[in-house]
Formats: sequence, structure tokens, C-alpha cells
Amino acid sequence: MSWYEKLVPSRIRTDGRNKHQIPEGLWSKCEKCDAVLYRVELERNLQVCPKCSHHMPLGARQRLRSFLDPEGLTEIGEDIEPADFLKFKDSKKYKDRLTQAQKSSEEKDALIALRGSLKGMPVVAAAFEFEFMGGSMGSVVGERFVRAAQTALHEHIPFICFCASGGARMQEALVSLMQMAKTSAVLTRLAENGVPYLSVLTHPTTGGVSASLAMLGDVNIAEPKALIGFAGPRVIEQTVREKLPDGFQRSEFLLEHGAIDMIVDRRELRDRLANLLAMLTGRDAPLPFE
Amino acid sequence: MNPNNCLDFEKPIAELEAMLKELQHLSTEQDLNISDEIARLEAKSKALTESIFATLTPWQISQIARHPLRPYTLDYLERIFTDFQELHGDRTFADDHAIVGGLARLNGRPVLIIGHQKGRDTKEKIYRNFGMPRPEGYRKALRLMKLAERFRLPVLTFIDTPGAYPGIGAEERGQSEAIARNLFEMSRLRTPVIGVVIGEGGSGGALAVGVCDRVLMLQYGTYSVISPEGCAAILWKSADKAPDAAEAMGLTADRLLKLNLIDGIIPEPPGGAHRDIVLTAENVRIALRENLQSLDVLPVDALLEQRYQRLMAYGVFKEAAPVTSLQSTWQSSVAALLRKD
Repeated sequence: MSWYEKLVPSRIRTDGRNKHQIPEGLWSKCEKCDAVLYRVELERNLQVCPKCSHHMPLGARQRLRSFLDPEGLTEIGEDIEPADFLKFKDSKKYKDRLTQAQKSSEEKDALIALRGSLKGMPVVAAAFEFEFMGGSMGSVVGERFVRAAQTALHEHIPFICFCASGGARMQEALVSLMQMAKTSAVLTRLAENGVPYLSVLTHPTTGGVSASLAMLGDVNIAEPKALIGFAGPRVIEQTVREKLPDGFQRSEFLLEHGAIDMIVDRRELRDRLANLLAMLTGRDAPLPFE
Repeated sequence: MNPNNCLDFEKPIAELEAMLKELQHLSTEQDLNISDEIARLEAKSKALTESIFATLTPWQISQIARHPLRPYTLDYLERIFTDFQELHGDRTFADDHAIVGGLARLNGRPVLIIGHQKGRDTKEKIYRNFGMPRPEGYRKALRLMKLAERFRLPVLTFIDTPGAYPGIGAEERGQSEAIARNLFEMSRLRTPVIGVVIGEGGSGGALAVGVCDRVLMLQYGTYSVISPEGCAAILWKSADKAPDAAEAMGLTADRLLKLNLIDGIIPEPPGGAHRDIVLTAENVRIALRENLQSLDVLPVDALLEQRYQRLMAYGVFKEAAPVTSLQSTWQSSVAALLRKD
């Protein structure tokens, strides 16, 4: 209470807390440029800051919903659930971590796969949910990825995957490492049968996911300034004991070093990918705006 | 065994052996007849080794897997194969010394060998980059695998790495892509591939030469998604918890065999491979020959289909039945796993 408030007699004193009440969550702040943003507008802008174009995290469902046409969506592998087969326990039980992640993210695991269409072209699209244990790849992520890829293969339609993952899920130990081999292997079938696979790398894509399905796209596309790499920057810093260069392991760095084909703003992904896929599958150019 | 080069739990064995050596020395020098005493000590040392090694914890096994005296790829090569000719370079950037490869003969039969290589002394360790390959190492490995495919030679890989090198140059040259490309290509390589984990199978750096028709492990090898120290640092927030992490991850050969992730365990002599390299190498040779013979009978398309189905079967999860049934069913791999236990 300030000295001024103390002077005011209590009967005419108003409670400051009630004075400027704003409904919670209506506004949010850009973590990059500090601009105060109207949340509805931010959502409409796919979590990209309208002021500085900073790409903020986008949940898997929201991403797929905004990328695919709204009608005719079916989910692939939704009945598959994780199992704590090792009875893994660190400072917390894996089982409890799963329950907690399922509760907070409202997803069963870290990959969502949908069969739908992109500007009228049938496609399969999958997206990592980073909120679910850092988008880590365990058995369920591997199996859903494979089933999504197989759906694309059987229907001979393009497959798109949006990555956002810290890597393999340690709580599934070596079984999670094997998901790297499993997901890479299924992509050979797509390649051999002329089914396009586009990999979209979003912030962050590291570890086992980057060293398998993420880097194997017929076309590798990254969102601006995403962290992409095999080892995390902290591990590298500790190993080489020197300061890492500015922009190290960011999309622009990867483009410069030839690891990815292009960097595309999230708001243009739908147009650009539809266009790419139309060319790869020998279709007419899709309309830029529907 | 040099006491400077031995692990804590090996110390009692080392002390006993030092005593034994002294006695043997005495008996030859001073012509004393203490052969009874020597025999007694020898038996004791053997029994002690066996009892210590019968109850090793996963953490102790991780330490044996990277024992300073543990045989490395080249130690096995010279004992198992003949006519080894090393082939160098990825044809693009460099020759990575953390991975060796080349042509050789196994019981007279030409094969292609690829393996991680660690160094013994400081200078050699640096030369081999501690067995941590950079992208050019994986690209060399892939080039050699393609060579083997063209000339219908089986590929035998020796896995022994802490992991792929986490460095600036490695990232610039596409460590992720190099590993991913190997996983992709190995899964459809049109020739038999057998992998043996001879020491540490460290994460993606190991798997990048480990997508095989048969994966074998030496008895005291380890294979894991991350090192126990790394896992402890991330999940327990303290590298001191590495023994707990080693326990939790189940990175030992017997646990991985139960999980159906490897196909066989190659026995090591009591006290570990470094106590008898010749015997261990012979065990590896026999295992390689037997597994190769079992793969030879398969036509290449059947071989590839088997490899693919095996890769697709990796994973343990629950699958709820369609909405009509309330009872949840487990995927077959889980059922198989439980039966095995």
C-alpha cells in the first residue's frame, strides 16, 4: 500500500485489484519484440508475431487444422497408446509423466496424423506435439508415423510431416532408438513408389528425430530461425569448449550449408507446399487463394 | 592386469594376480617348490573373477564395455579375418579415422567390414576422435556398403562408439542427414548385413552402422539410446546418477535379448574380453560364420522383406480395440514380450 492510499479513509478506498480487470489470456506478448498482441489475432496469424514475424510454437492439432482443408479429416493411429514396458523410473515414473503429459496436452502421445486434403489434393499429414514430453519419439510416435506413411503409400498420395522434437524418448530406452530405423525404413517404400514425402522442420528439431525422418524429405523445408541439429547447442559447447557462432544450427545456417531446400514463412506453407506437391505429382497449379 | 588400468571392482582380482605373479617369479628365480601354493592361488583368482562377474550391475557392465583395455575393432580384425585391406575416405570431404572399413576374408570368403575405432593411448585417442564419427565417417561407411552391394559381399559391422561427434564442423556438414541417410539406405541394402556390438553402442552414432539382418552383442557390451551419464544429467539433473540410469535403461545384452532388440549374445571369457582377446575373437568369428550361413540361404528379396518386417515390428504400445469393444487389446509384440519374460 502506498503512502497516498494510506491517507485515504478506508470507507472511500477502492480495491485496486478489481479496478483494471482484464479477462485472462486475451492478450499475449511476443517473446522476441515484446509487442503486445491480441490473442485472437495471433491465433489467426498462426502464432506468428504480426510485428516482427517471430514464429512461436504451434500445437500439432492447430497446425494440421490450419494446413489442411477443413473437411473430410480422419485421424490415423489414434487408438495407439504408450506403454511403460520397462517400468522406467527416474526422478519420476514414466507412467506418471505420461499421465501428466496426456492431461496437459490432451493428446495420447507426441505425434498426430491425419488423412485429409490440401487445396483439394488428397494428402496425409503428421505433426509433432512438442508439449507432449518435448515431442520425443517413442514407440507410439514411430508406429503412427509408419501407419501414416503406409496410408500415403497405399493411396499413392503425398505425405507431409511437421517436426518439432527434442529427439528420442529416453524412457523407452533402446526401443526409442529403433524408431529412427523404423521411420527411415518406411520412407524407402515411399521413395521407391514415387510417393512424395515433404519434411517441414520447425523449432526445435534435434536428436534422433533430426537424424532420421526429419532429414529424409524429398524436399526439406524449414520455418524461419528454427533450431535444427543433431546435438543440442549446450552439448556441443561443452564438447568443443568454445562459444558457438551466432545463428549456429538455425534454419538460415542449415540453408547456407546445404542441409535444407528452403525456408518458408508459416503463413505461406499451405500455398508453397500445395504448389510443390502439384508439380511433383503432375497436377495443375492449385489456386493461390481459395 | 595392470592395476592402473583396472576398474574398482576388478581391484581384488588384480591384487591377487599381482601376488600370483610374484610367487611365480620367486619359484623360477629361487627354485622353490611352491607349485601347490601357486595352484591354490590360481584357483582362488579364477573363483573370485567368476563370483565378481556373476553379479555385475548394469553400471559395472557399462564400465567394462568401455574398459581401457577392451579390444577394439582392429584388434578383432587381425584375429578373425585374413587379407584385410583398408579402404579410405568418403570421396567428398575427408577420411574419418573414427570409422575403419575395408575388404577382408572370413574363413576364405570375401566380406566387407566396417567398424568404429577407438584409440589406446592419448595420441591415438585424438587421432581416432575417441571413436566418435563425423558425417564423413558415416558417408564413408555408406560408400563401402554400396560397394559391397554391387559386388554381392556381405557387410559385417563392429559397433563401439560413445556416439556421433557433437562438434561445430560435424553439424555444418550435416551429421543428422548422414545418420538418417545410412538408416534409410541400410534398411534396403541388397546384401546380408550383420552387426556386432563389441563395446559401447552409443545412440544414433551406433545405429548409423547398425541397421542389420542380425544384431549380435558381446556379453559385456552395452547398447543404448543415450549414455548413462547423459541420461542421468537430463532426467535426474545430475551425472552422478549414472548408475541409476544404467539400471533403468536396460542397456545390457541379456535385457536387450529379452526385449527382442538383438538376436544373440556372444560369450566373453570370465573377467571380460580384455582378459582373453584370442578366445573372444574366436567366439565372434564362430558367431559371424554361423549367422552368415543362416542368411545365405535366403534369396535377396526375402532377406530384404525380413529385414523390413523386423524394423516395422520395433515398438511396444497398447492399442485400444475399436469403439464397439471396451476391452483393450495389446499389440502382438507386447504379448510376445510378456510370454518371453
